[in-house]
Amino acid sequence: MSESPEAVLESILSPDQRAHYQLAWLSTVDHKRIGILYLLTGTVFFVAGGLEALAMRLQLAVPNNHLVAPDTYNMLFTMHGTTMIFLVVMPLLFGLANYFVPLQIGARDMAFPRLNAFSFWLVPLGGILLHFSIVIGDASTVGWFAYAPLNETPYASRLGVDYWAISLLVLGIGSVGTAINLFTTVLCLRAPGMTLRRLPLFTWMNFINSFLVLAAIPVLNAALVMLLCDRLLNTHFFLPAEGGSPILWQHIFWAFGHPEVYILALPAFGIISEIIPVFSRKPIFGYEFVAGSTVAIALLSFGVWAHHMFTVGMGHAMDLFFAGSTMLIAIPTGVKVLNWTATMFRGRIRFNTPMLYCIAFLIQFLCGGISGVSHAIVPLDWQTKNSYYLVAHFHYVAVGGILFAILAAVHYWFPKMSGRMLSEKLGRWSFWLMVVGFNGTFMIQHFLGLAGMGRRIYTYPDLPGWGWMNMLSTVSSFFMAAAALVVLWNIGSAMLRGAPAGDNPWEAWTLEWATTSPPPVENFHALPPIHSRRPLWDDAHPERPDPVVGPDHEGTARPDKYRSAMVAFVLSEGAFFGTLILAFLYFNVQPQQGPTPKSLDLLKTGVFSICLFASSFTMWRSEKALHRGSNRGMIAWLSLTIALGGVFICGQGLEYQNLLAHGMLIDTNLFATTFFTLTGFHGIHVMVGLLLMLIVLGLAMAGVFKSKPPPALAMVGIYWHFVDIVWILVLTVVYILPRFL
Amino acid sequence: MGWGWGTAVVNALTSMSPASQGTEEIFHLWMISIAIFGLIFLLVTGFVVYSLMKYRWREGEAEPEQVAGQLTVEIVWTVIPMAIVVLLFVLTVRTMAVADPGPAPAPDLIVTGHQWWWEVRYPKSGLVTANEIHIPTGVPFSVELDSADVLHEFWVAQLARKMTTVPGHPNHIWLEADTPGSYPGSCSEFCGTEHAWMRFTVIAQPPAEFAAWERAQLQPSVLPTEAGAVAGEQLFMQMSCVSCHAIGGTPAHARVGPDLTHLAGRIQIGSGVLDNSPDNLRNWLRNPQAVKPGVEMPNFQFTDQQVTVLADYLETLK
Repeated sequence: MSESPEAVLESILSPDQRAHYQLAWLSTVDHKRIGILYLLTGTVFFVAGGLEALAMRLQLAVPNNHLVAPDTYNMLFTMHGTTMIFLVVMPLLFGLANYFVPLQIGARDMAFPRLNAFSFWLVPLGGILLHFSIVIGDASTVGWFAYAPLNETPYASRLGVDYWAISLLVLGIGSVGTAINLFTTVLCLRAPGMTLRRLPLFTWMNFINSFLVLAAIPVLNAALVMLLCDRLLNTHFFLPAEGGSPILWQHIFWAFGHPEVYILALPAFGIISEIIPVFSRKPIFGYEFVAGSTVAIALLSFGVWAHHMFTVGMGHAMDLFFAGSTMLIAIPTGVKVLNWTATMFRGRIRFNTPMLYCIAFLIQFLCGGISGVSHAIVPLDWQTKNSYYLVAHFHYVAVGGILFAILAAVHYWFPKMSGRMLSEKLGRWSFWLMVVGFNGTFMIQHFLGLAGMGRRIYTYPDLPGWGWMNMLSTVSSFFMAAAALVVLWNIGSAMLRGAPAGDNPWEAWTLEWATTSPPPVENFHALPPIHSRRPLWDDAHPERPDPVVGPDHEGTARPDKYRSAMVAFVLSEGAFFGTLILAFLYFNVQPQQGPTPKSLDLLKTGVFSICLFASSFTMWRSEKALHRGSNRGMIAWLSLTIALGGVFICGQGLEYQNLLAHGMLIDTNLFATTFFTLTGFHGIHVMVGLLLMLIVLGLAMAGVFKSKPPPALAMVGIYWHFVDIVWILVLTVVYILPRFL
Repeated sequence: MGWGWGTAVVNALTSMSPASQGTEEIFHLWMISIAIFGLIFLLVTGFVVYSLMKYRWREGEAEPEQVAGQLTVEIVWTVIPMAIVVLLFVLTVRTMAVADPGPAPAPDLIVTGHQWWWEVRYPKSGLVTANEIHIPTGVPFSVELDSADVLHEFWVAQLARKMTTVPGHPNHIWLEADTPGSYPGSCSEFCGTEHAWMRFTVIAQPPAEFAAWERAQLQPSVLPTEAGAVAGEQLFMQMSCVSCHAIGGTPAHARVGPDLTHLAGRIQIGSGVLDNSPDNLRNWLRNPQAVKPGVEMPNFQFTDQQVTVLADYLETLK
């Protein structure tokens, strides 16, 4: 049955919506539509990143090639990496999480729909900003991790790196917004009976992942801020000439960068954990171990970063610490692979397209994981790092693993999102093209690396074997491109004339399948009883339901979403300040020329600090007054809080004025740089807090808090206390400790 | 000139063709690791394939037994990987100590990475050259690695571990070759436009030949006598060549670009972009930017006559 796009849309939209569906998509706050917008955006950028990859492979097909100029090639690999990570995989995974996490927990939408929309729109904005640099002929050419000093103005003098940094800052804000939303949604919006122990693994992994995003993205933001200070304000965080450290860039970047790859991997693991059980007709083997190993991975992921730095000369002791932690993290990851495999054992395996992609994932991810462990073995890394062996490793995990998981998810959940089935025949074609293409492209690269070919080279001499190995890789990459085209064709034709899917075409067991395809705007008309991890299995098999998981009498009380969200936000800000504080310590342990902490006026600052700390007390009093029902009390204490905060910020202003008058600018020396960066960002946070408090004060005076008080005061209170705690740390580290050590 | 060494055939998998004690240690660790990894891969893949073949769903079959897990199995397949990790860690510690000992009190060789060439100094003799490193076989050299600008990385797979060159933070490796030969190397840390052509060669010679090479390299250049070369030498000294390049025995002593004192004896020019031949040298001089776009040496728009005499002169620098 062939239908026009309009007819298809008619069947999905309500009468009101049909009238202005184009605008509805631009202004939507519905998590399902936002999910689809993320998926569409990720697909568009996938085409861009894929074309960049094909251009690179064409340039590398033969030795001594001149298809593209050297800096064009360097721009291609920079954009390819940045695009695939930040504009393709993250949006695709956030899109799937957006669509399915609320459904899987029986909720009506995400906790904060407007924040959700805002977070989404930052992705096209960041992507356009990044790609605009190509349009002006100035795209970054220094690689997706942009090592110092190459990323600094003397060596990258044009605007490309600045565009790159700013677009990543924009994208990072969106990611943190989504993480706050996902965290709060899972914590606070679960349906009655959906305890944390009964969560589907896709939701659980996304929940744990949101911690990773909250803790890791701000570290990148701090690094980018420091880089922009170097490039635009003449500071020297990463330039050795004035005492800066190029290696510090690597430490900070990879402290973000390694958790980032787990941010990409965990949702993919969640997808596999959903699909393999359904197509093996058995529950996941070892749910607790799969869930628990996720937490282990999340924690360990913060302790492995310097395995990217085994060749910079940290010394054997440091190398070995990170070798050990990296080998350790392989264990929970391996446990997962074994649990997935055991799920298939003694199952009844159905080889539909989603399952095919999962099977390929298992073998390919295993291969990538093993080559990863080989990198953890430091002396082996001394040979393979920065060679095509490394390129093969990360493509095996990122493409052979994560991208294949995304393709599995698309084929699994497309029926739910559209109400149509994809073609199994086209699915198989695309699968096999992708398997042949992917393995052909990247398996040979292990050997190219062992043959001595380095990464990021725009061409190479005609050394033995290099020519035919590169040619094989290039030809195979076009099979991957063909596979992608078949997938897009499959989706397009299914949208128009796919068979109707029904509610639960795969006979799956999680809550997204307990509603129509696609779900109505409110997601569910009714929910089945939830006693186990597979409510629909229990429904379909009342004679042998799953064992009840956890206590069943748990009430419906859930944490307050506003406070939860603010705590999550404050966590992310803590990671940002933590990085700045560590940078301060790093650069001020050694004595240096020029201004030092002893140039600071501890007495005056102490007085202003006491005002700030007192303002936490008054904020607490204000919240207590509101709790008692005293609107006047709340207003009075809040006004006092604002006044005390104002005194603090004026004091800081005076301090800055005094230092400037004595010739201390942000670029004077590294003490000045780290001082102004740390206290400056804190000051910005104080000012934002004062602004928020003024808004709350205005609302209170307008009587908004009289009847049912909104959570605004509690939220601002959490934020304000956080700002004070950061100041305690800054005061100690910047003003007090240096005087006495 | 008398090169006594032969050019060794480079095996394709250079990381698997160690030619020094250090890289041999690493190679042994490779072999053990590949065995362990291969076993793991085969076992897990075998488990997957077995399940796929034996447990296919067939039409009309009931749902299987809904087994949700087994604690013993979980413990076993957590403990075994832990044991493997301990083994690999111990082997790692051992190999690192043997393959990468601490530096000598004073370096035998100082290699400095520049965008996009390698400066090579032998501090004990005072020899300075570029892009081509000679060492005596069987004699470990303690190498100090520096950078003049951005991060580079020194990688000659058959002879040594790779090591980043960090501006302001000298690093150290040991470089040694068991057998005579020509060992290719490259910069492996992306360092800008022409990172791809920041290649180098390590030429290992029997000690007597190395000593002869070193003696020859320490000789200053000899003034040419042939008319073309004389004109070339004068052109070199008058033009801005001297603002970047040094030639021993002449007033040219700048260190911005590679030392050219014995350029004619090198096997490649442009840090590996071209083999060293009269034609290639002329191509380079005619327009370095066409050969290696972005290189620091500008296009001087020499006339054909200037190119000819300059090349004549440079070819006397054996």
